[in-house]
Amino acid sequence: MTRHRGRGMASINYPIGMNLGGDPSQALVHSNPSGKFTVALSSIDLGQGMKSVTRQICAETLGVPVEDVYVDTADSDTGPHCMGSFASRGTHRVGNAVMAAAREARGVMMEAAAEELEVNAADLETDGRGNIHVKGAPHRSISTKDVAIAAQFKQGRTISGRGIFLVPLSEVNPETGEMSPATCYAHACLVAEVDVDDETGEVAMIRMDSAYELGRALNPRLVEQQLVGGAWMGVSHALYETPEPYYPEPVHGPRDFVEYLMPGPGDICPHDIAVLERPAPDGPFGAKGPGEMCANPVLPAVANAIFNAVGVRIDDLPITPEKVLRAIKAQGGARPQARR
Amino acid sequence: MSKIPLQFRHNGREVAIFVDGGTNLLVALRELIGDMTPKFGCGQGGCGTCSVMIDGELHLSCLTLAETVTGRSVETLDGMKQGPNLHPLQRAFADNFAAQCGYCTPGMLMAAKALLDRNPSPSRDEVIEAISGNICRCTGYEPIINAILAVAGGRVSA
Repeated sequence: MTRHRGRGMASINYPIGMNLGGDPSQALVHSNPSGKFTVALSSIDLGQGMKSVTRQICAETLGVPVEDVYVDTADSDTGPHCMGSFASRGTHRVGNAVMAAAREARGVMMEAAAEELEVNAADLETDGRGNIHVKGAPHRSISTKDVAIAAQFKQGRTISGRGIFLVPLSEVNPETGEMSPATCYAHACLVAEVDVDDETGEVAMIRMDSAYELGRALNPRLVEQQLVGGAWMGVSHALYETPEPYYPEPVHGPRDFVEYLMPGPGDICPHDIAVLERPAPDGPFGAKGPGEMCANPVLPAVANAIFNAVGVRIDDLPITPEKVLRAIKAQGGARPQARR
Repeated sequence: MSKIPLQFRHNGREVAIFVDGGTNLLVALRELIGDMTPKFGCGQGGCGTCSVMIDGELHLSCLTLAETVTGRSVETLDGMKQGPNLHPLQRAFADNFAAQCGYCTPGMLMAAKALLDRNPSPSRDEVIEAISGNICRCTGYEPIINAILAVAGGRVSA
């Protein structure tokens, strides 16, 4: 029995969101009489951090502290329409909608402040700490709370804004068949190192090194968290997970968590991640978002690493010990490829 | 079916409930006591998110008959907070971004506490073994392991 070390790499382009039906998402922003703001969405945060990121986007656009913004989401009965949290579209699509809504709300807030300060709204700016003042004259100032109270109880004005993000329908070029199905792309490159046991066919992850280009990372800790976890979803797709191991035969399908294989804490390996930030022109503050791309480069990289280790090319997922062993047998033994 | 009276300590507080025969501890805690911190994941002992401590030992509440805890002490995540302060493990999980969707977190925290209670300075391998009965579907094992090691190394105080 020999364990063969192999290294494989993969690079990907990943489209953010989709173009079917224009990929719309809406957001509504309004102030409460306390001077705090509520963002109403129906987009789901299932742990990826969308609530945190939309909160940041709203606060930054309004020019108020992030503590003053509350994101109320996940109820499609009461929130404005969202296509959903998939296709890595949350930060980009919902973020853009929130930004548009916050921009409109900011316009009303500045008008209301201008009325209180008896100046032109164009001469006002926010300090990001909850105050609005005349440019160059910080003492001519009013708090967002006082503006909200004045708007509510005196001026009869709703400090609110509506936002929607919609992709224009991409027409097919009749000459070339060309079209633009996506508005922006993220990119990644990942190198996987594996050990393949030529007696059992088992593949063990040794290390991963990756670089992800995902626009501006609006919340770097959340981006890193997704990349760390998402890579292991990729490993899981590459090596473990399937409901139908002998598809199209439904036999031997897993029935519970004991039979459905997933990586456990003992399977993980070191993973070095570099995040490259190239702001997207149409992203909220340049963001694209990591999303599903976290997992995508891992699959081809692992398949390539297995080929590099033992010379077998498996193009059927997951790459189970059985498939590796059968392929090694069929070619009459492991054939380690050149290391690069 | 007749009800069975059941008395035990729940996070240091005496509780008395009536359960149907065959009720598991997870259902008793969630539905009769109202402690929603142990989660229902698979109901088969395969995921670990229902983990609780019984007399200081880690158990899967979904596989524990409620009747068997009579007179014993059951600890859940709900009892982990120290007054208004987070437990050092909870603090470390927050600081290390060791939760994404959060569904495995209660079980992970209980498994970590059970480990540190009997071994205050575990090695990385011992931490991995201690949480190997718990599935994290966001596969954030790395930050979870780091969070537990941070507490073990005394680098976190609540």
